[in-house]
Amino acid sequence: MNDKKADNGVNVEALLGAREALRDAPEGAKFTWRASCKWISGTHSRSTVHGFFGLGKEQKHRTEFTFEADHPEVFSSDDNGATPVELVLAGLASCLTAGIASVAQHRGIQLRAVTATLEGGMDIQGILGIDEDVRTGFDGIKVTYEIDGDASKDDIKALVAQSQKRSSVFDIITNPTNVTVEVV
Amino acid sequence: MRTSAVILGAGHAGLAMSRCLAERSIDHVVLERGEVANSWKTERWDSLRLLTPNWQSRLPGYAYECDDPDDFMTMPEVIGFIERYAQVISAPVETHTKVTSVRCNDDGYEIETTRGSWQCRAVVLAAGACNIPNVPRGAEALPSFLETLTPMRYRNPAQLPEGGVLVVGASSTGLQLAHEVHSSGRSVILAVGEHVRMPRVYRDKDILWWMDAAGLLDMTWDEVDDIRRARNVPSPQLIGSDERATLDLNGLSKMGVKLVGRFAGVHGRKAQFSGSLHNVCALADLKMNRLLNTVDEWVLEHDLSAVGPVERFESTRVPASPPLDIDLDSGEIRTVIWATGFHPDYSWLDVPVLDRKGRIRHEAGVVDSPGMYLMGLSFLRRRKSSFIHGAGDDARDLSDHLLGYLDATR
Repeated sequence: MNDKKADNGVNVEALLGAREALRDAPEGAKFTWRASCKWISGTHSRSTVHGFFGLGKEQKHRTEFTFEADHPEVFSSDDNGATPVELVLAGLASCLTAGIASVAQHRGIQLRAVTATLEGGMDIQGILGIDEDVRTGFDGIKVTYEIDGDASKDDIKALVAQSQKRSSVFDIITNPTNVTVEVV
Repeated sequence: MRTSAVILGAGHAGLAMSRCLAERSIDHVVLERGEVANSWKTERWDSLRLLTPNWQSRLPGYAYECDDPDDFMTMPEVIGFIERYAQVISAPVETHTKVTSVRCNDDGYEIETTRGSWQCRAVVLAAGACNIPNVPRGAEALPSFLETLTPMRYRNPAQLPEGGVLVVGASSTGLQLAHEVHSSGRSVILAVGEHVRMPRVYRDKDILWWMDAAGLLDMTWDEVDDIRRARNVPSPQLIGSDERATLDLNGLSKMGVKLVGRFAGVHGRKAQFSGSLHNVCALADLKMNRLLNTVDEWVLEHDLSAVGPVERFESTRVPASPPLDIDLDSGEIRTVIWATGFHPDYSWLDVPVLDRKGRIRHEAGVVDSPGMYLMGLSFLRRRKSSFIHGAGDDARDLSDHLLGYLDATR
């Protein structure tokens, strides 16, 4: 740990304590994250998250959170919310940004402003089934960070690199994941 | 048969320990499954040379005699060096004696071998960290028409079938094999995960000279932030050659080696690779520059004037969109080489000292079982622990501890 006083509002001691505790009790490290989603109408749906499992028992967020998703008007939809792929970008941005704050705290780097801009390129010929050779998902994601903090440019770059290394959403997006969808 | 201590393994680490025990008048024997320097004789590829320069090839009471201290030993030279060391120190080696089990009893340890059993009060595990090649998860799903091999079986490109080669792993081994196989006229794809980049020569001196001078190689396990992480750092991308050449991803790309992300598995008939290539290269570049900064600061502090100028190397060039999968039916790949590291074999160890990941529980080589010691693992006691010259200091420290243990329990 760095001696420099930095306060990014991240409780690093608690995180390090958890790391030490869970190393000896790996069962507690097994989490299950959940979301549920209800169709509203058209392409509009509402997802909610509340409960999750971790540290050996059921847990709850402080309150239920909801996320509206829809398609934009150019897709002849009502645009009642973000498109699902934008929510993916938001998830990646939030995950990386949380990581940057945590790593900065651990390294004693005071942050003043962190702004991420994300772009995911997509050729919708894939979604529309026009061209089988075109991928349905993003053909790439570009994340640009502007960071104001008490550190050299290389140290800031190292924060961002380390955050990617430890980011779940980065891992989820960059590596294959088995997905099982059932109808009950 | 009965003796105070038994050393398992007659490589450089076991022999260094033997010498230190002899200096402390501790009667002992060194059990070796094959011959002295067995792994060097039977598990290395033909062109391999040490990554450390000759001046670093020293063991307690013995240094390598050579014309050029900056040169790198070939495998026959390493074998000769270790064999001569065994002779010079008159190490009590029992060759062709394979250990089949090590058990605790009231008297210490009972060691069963293919040539009888030994009873001892202390035991030193020095059989090496590279007994079993790691193969990544998902490897079993590769179609059977592909040839697969590990660095232990690889000797030279002539043993490979014609056709493209996927080398998985970008540490020292992976880069060297990618280079050699590509030079044999085969197309090579290199799957790159986290790695450690460093130039062979910096400011006119070998990078290991700087790391030695600046005290980095002597850093001990209790001086680093996170020893678990330090022990898992992959081997640096170095090669020993006459030209003292740097081997890095940029050099391989320039030759025509194609870079892809970390091997992520096989889906259907496709090998998949992670989309994290940019980041693992960025991490390695940043880390290399931190090392070079440390060197530069050390030069300033010590007022060295007769060294080359400060230099920064080109960032790793990564293709804008490296492929995320390769169709295995396309014929682009004929052979897969797993250069994804190794782990020790403890299948013969019947003492409950393994953690849930199968690693030995120890504090800097003092194993969590009285009288048992460990040698030769990465960052065991110091950053240099897995280097040949690192065995000396570790053997001195651990043999002192071992002597104290024997005295206290006599």
